[in-house]
Amino acid sequence: MLMFVLRRLIQTIPVVIGVTFVVFFIMQLVPGDPAVLLAGEGASKETVNAIREQLGLNRPLMVQYFDYLLNVFQGDLGSSLKNSQPVLDEIMVRLPITMELAFFSILITIVLGMAAGIISAIKPYSLTDTSVMLVALLGISLPSFWFGLMMMYFFSVKLQILPVAGWDSILHVILPALTLGAGGAAIVARMTRSSMLEVIRQDYIRTARAKGLREHVIIYKHALRNALIPVITVVGLQFGALLGGTVLVESIFAINGLGRMIVDAIRMRDLPVVQGGVLAASLIFVIVNLFVDVFYRFFNKRIELN
Amino acid sequence: MMSEKNSPILEVKGLKTHFFTKHGISKAVDGIDFTLQKGETLGIVGESGCGKSMTSLSILRLIPSPPGKIAGGQVLYKGKDLVTLPEDEMRKIRGNEISMIFQEPMTSLNPVIPVGEQIAEALRLHQSMRKKEAWNKAVEMLKLVGIPSPEKRAKQEPFQLSGGMRQRVMIAMALACTPEVLIADEPTTALDVTIQAQILELIKNLQKKIGMGVIMITHDLGVVSETCDTVAVMYAGNIIEHAPTEKIFTDPKHPYTQGLLNSLPKIHEDQEQLQTIEGSVPSPYNLPAGCRFASRCPYQKPLCHLQKPDLIEQNDGVKVRCWMYTAEWTNHVEKEGVVN
Repeated sequence: MLMFVLRRLIQTIPVVIGVTFVVFFIMQLVPGDPAVLLAGEGASKETVNAIREQLGLNRPLMVQYFDYLLNVFQGDLGSSLKNSQPVLDEIMVRLPITMELAFFSILITIVLGMAAGIISAIKPYSLTDTSVMLVALLGISLPSFWFGLMMMYFFSVKLQILPVAGWDSILHVILPALTLGAGGAAIVARMTRSSMLEVIRQDYIRTARAKGLREHVIIYKHALRNALIPVITVVGLQFGALLGGTVLVESIFAINGLGRMIVDAIRMRDLPVVQGGVLAASLIFVIVNLFVDVFYRFFNKRIELN
Repeated sequence: MMSEKNSPILEVKGLKTHFFTKHGISKAVDGIDFTLQKGETLGIVGESGCGKSMTSLSILRLIPSPPGKIAGGQVLYKGKDLVTLPEDEMRKIRGNEISMIFQEPMTSLNPVIPVGEQIAEALRLHQSMRKKEAWNKAVEMLKLVGIPSPEKRAKQEPFQLSGGMRQRVMIAMALACTPEVLIADEPTTALDVTIQAQILELIKNLQKKIGMGVIMITHDLGVVSETCDTVAVMYAGNIIEHAPTEKIFTDPKHPYTQGLLNSLPKIHEDQEQLQTIEGSVPSPYNLPAGCRFASRCPYQKPLCHLQKPDLIEQNDGVKVRCWMYTAEWTNHVEKEGVVN
């Protein structure tokens, strides 16, 4: 197991290099010159050139890229073009906020999604099942920015029971985490339901019944463990989607997390910050995937890790 | 083995299991009667789809429902009718007093639970054993069914075991609570011939030890001849002949039983082609009004197509469902003026 984790960690290195490469060159394709933006409107050509010289933006792209890569491996993500602060410091401030948001969102995705899926699967085609699946369908279909705004309007403006925006207390977490987790919960609910229905038809469930086990033991011990195997994969993938979603949700709820940092930096053509932010998000995704694989193995020993 | 002949442990009376589907009603089991004595091994034979597995699942009320439903009849076990027993009472019987070995050892064990635990959980439930005690008993059961290094195997999951071992685990699981009745649904179909013999021997030995009644469901007449005291032959949801095993092989009465035995390859004869029974089984959705075998029967008469014969006990104790063995047949043949 330890060897597996170590090897997977080593495998992340090429992934991270790939990410830096893609992000670096995509940012070069984005229209707009950071030097011009920094110099401000109406600045003279000399000033712009001076800035370009100073930031090393006039060097060949490949040189810039390898220079950047070398620094990354030394733990230096460069400095913001805007305020000259080290990017790493900025990320260290923002990342915990986003991680907290992501944690509560994925918690909602898992708990709400699995519970709804199980309730549906126990009595398939019943009124409960149909209602739960209808809500799940809505959850998948509604865009999160609209859903977030609606919740904000309803709970914060109308009922005034939850704060509108910001990130101070646990109450501030509820709406953004719901907004971010709802779509995933809907997908997990549908996946859990279909997986449970599939498993309940299996011969070993009949064996469990023939043993005289109680229905809840059959569902939670014999069926669920098997049904969760494909659900774990979906949850892992959802986490990736969720990280992308933080960009939107943090903007809606004015949360100073990693997602918002990236959006602001893109607007400013602040290349080092964008690169650093995306790199951090990718690293998290890679680590989460590693966890998923380990969990997968825990639930299903048939999978060989080697 | 029939020493306690007069103590029936399980009586099935007029059992009907029907499936209500959008294509109509499928009468998978359509009025089955038999009695299982203590210590007896009853074979239920018949081809695929004749209702033998559904009969066994009906006894334990494990029919997938919907669409399946026990539409009538009684299953009397120790004076209780299992068909109408409340669900929680039924649960106490399942796996404890009546247990079952399933046909597919590869899929009938839970793939993510260690096999020892799969045996131990029934013991904790029915025998109120503590965790440790139940585990030790599970290991003991694995040893009893001949699994080498049982302590190690108990901790393994089904995928780490061979097919034969998994079937042994199924048997260990079924016998852990020393049941009064064991239903073995094709316990050896998925196994190699050598393992087959071992498994049958194992069931036989354990039966002697515990004294349970066994219902052996199979389509393999070889298995029947080796293990069963009596045999019920099923055809299209009915029992068409019920006789001591020896009688079935030496003096089969029903034309279908005769056909089955004729279709077996014979070692001492040089056969070019195997014998078959002409025609095919009627659809359970659309059963004929008369004898269900009539259209394939070499002795068929108009009477056979008009009315279904009853399962009638003959002088030698053999029960057979065929007009040929009734007084009506003689009259019918005389009236027609045909002499065979």
